[in-house]
Amino acid sequence: MSEKQVTRRNFLYVTTGAFAAAGAASLAWPFVDQMNPDASVKALASTEIDLRPIIPGQSITVMWRGKPVFIRRRTQAEIDEAKKVNLADLPHPEEDSDRAQNPEWLVMVGICTHLGCVPLGQKGDYNGWFCPCHGSHYDTSGRIRKGPAPTNLEIPDYVFLNETTIKIG
Amino acid sequence: MSENYAPKSAVGRWFNDRLPLLNLIYGHLLPYPTPKNLNYWWTFGGILTFCLITQIITGLVLAMHYVADADLAFASVEHIMRDVNYGWLLRYIHANGASLFFMAVYIHMARSLFYGSYKEPRELIWIIGVFIFLLMIATAFMGYVLPWGQMSFWGATVITNLFSAIPLVGESVTNWLWGGYAVGSPLLTRFFTLHYLMPFLIFALVILHVWALHVPGNNNPEGINVVQGSQDTVPFHPHYVVKDMFALVVFLVVFAGFVFFVPNLLGHTDNYIEANPLQTPEHIVPEWYFLPFYAILRSVPDKLGGVILMVSAIAILAFLPWLDTSKVRSAKYRPLYRQFVWLFFANVILLGYLGAQTADGLFLIIGRIATAYYFAHFIIILPLLGYIEKTKPLPKSLSEPVLSPEERQMKAAASGASA
Repeated sequence: MSEKQVTRRNFLYVTTGAFAAAGAASLAWPFVDQMNPDASVKALASTEIDLRPIIPGQSITVMWRGKPVFIRRRTQAEIDEAKKVNLADLPHPEEDSDRAQNPEWLVMVGICTHLGCVPLGQKGDYNGWFCPCHGSHYDTSGRIRKGPAPTNLEIPDYVFLNETTIKIG
Repeated sequence: MSENYAPKSAVGRWFNDRLPLLNLIYGHLLPYPTPKNLNYWWTFGGILTFCLITQIITGLVLAMHYVADADLAFASVEHIMRDVNYGWLLRYIHANGASLFFMAVYIHMARSLFYGSYKEPRELIWIIGVFIFLLMIATAFMGYVLPWGQMSFWGATVITNLFSAIPLVGESVTNWLWGGYAVGSPLLTRFFTLHYLMPFLIFALVILHVWALHVPGNNNPEGINVVQGSQDTVPFHPHYVVKDMFALVVFLVVFAGFVFFVPNLLGHTDNYIEANPLQTPEHIVPEWYFLPFYAILRSVPDKLGGVILMVSAIAILAFLPWLDTSKVRSAKYRPLYRQFVWLFFANVILLGYLGAQTADGLFLIIGRIATAYYFAHFIIILPLLGYIEKTKPLPKSLSEPVLSPEERQMKAAASGASA
């Protein structure tokens, strides 16, 4: 039987094909990447908020990266309610202290983790948030309690720049 | 050829029995018999197809970021250049791609002129080609308006004002085009819409162009009829696929040279100034590929006359198969035409040069002579040459001109023996 010989032509054929494939792939990338968030979008990636006008029991909604962010100054009753929940009862167990850097201020992305609607505040069976789209109930810490949503409302990265200002992102 | 094709896979056969699409592609791309002596001038058909597809794809992604509104267009183009990921690359490919598209189409047309590819039985291929060229002109012009720079704005103003030369209805027509009383946002938006549409019309015409080509088959440098499937032809794949690919790679080197090293060489700096309806730039010229026609427009001291002559300069191409009365196709066998066709090419380049100069003094006089010669080539020289030119004897086959006398004798003896 004749052994399969690797000829010069085979070599050229394969290397040419490999270069063409690598070239085509690298040329394709800009056409894909152009749809990713661009420099002007990334430049808006953080937002600073003055907390002074908000009194206890009041919430504001701010825009961050095109999404609503809820900032709620919780009442003592709400904080207590959030703290006394048994973690074993939660579909997505998280301590309230892990969700709020300062118990008085709850900052979270106001987008239902089910399919992206904006939940309504101080509604639902747990006195927290209620999503009108498919009936997910969140508690006073924004944790999912009942309904189709898989996880708690997302907490964005934020820092307290001083007593009365936070920076999201 | 294509009837014998059967896909190897079961899925391919299932599909092909119901819709013989693979048959169609196979027949036109793989065994399609092609004259064996096509030179590199014949590779521009493939290059042009590549250009069209490149323009469509880059245009599609640019349209995802561009805003067709007079207040936002200029800023959105700068946004593409500065913010969008690889936006600079996509825009430079699209802008330089237009120039290279025209470079390739002019070479493609020149090849057709030199080798008489427009003659019987290929008249319709040529005429479809003229329509593709017309659509390309319209598409390129509208595309140049979209960045809404000074050249965009004033180019749009000058060209749309050409329509005001039409007697009686001129003003109504221009107002209709503008959607107002001057170039502005309505015009920009409709130009964007049409600029997006036209490449697809071009694509449809390209399919007809290739379909019509594949009926008689390719012309060739000898300009003689070739029997499909004879010794004078080779299958398109791999012979011309590889040759076309090689030419495309060389073309891409030039393309990349423009895009990465001199992306603004063929543009005008004035177009980086936002459109200002109150001030015309000092020296306004169209893109280089329109310059010969621009020179023809300016050489006539009458508004309507200039427009008519410029339109005629392109329209006359459609009548070329009947203006050229010679039955011999290739300039290789037409000693007089061979000189005149080079003179014609030189004259078009001269017109292009004049189109970029100021229209006065000596330039204007030369421009008028060159314009007269452009038309004389079509309506005096070509019809006459067919009668007065003594053409060289045509070879009987593509092999004959390249065989030595001994080989020719052997071949004659062999064919004599077999007969």
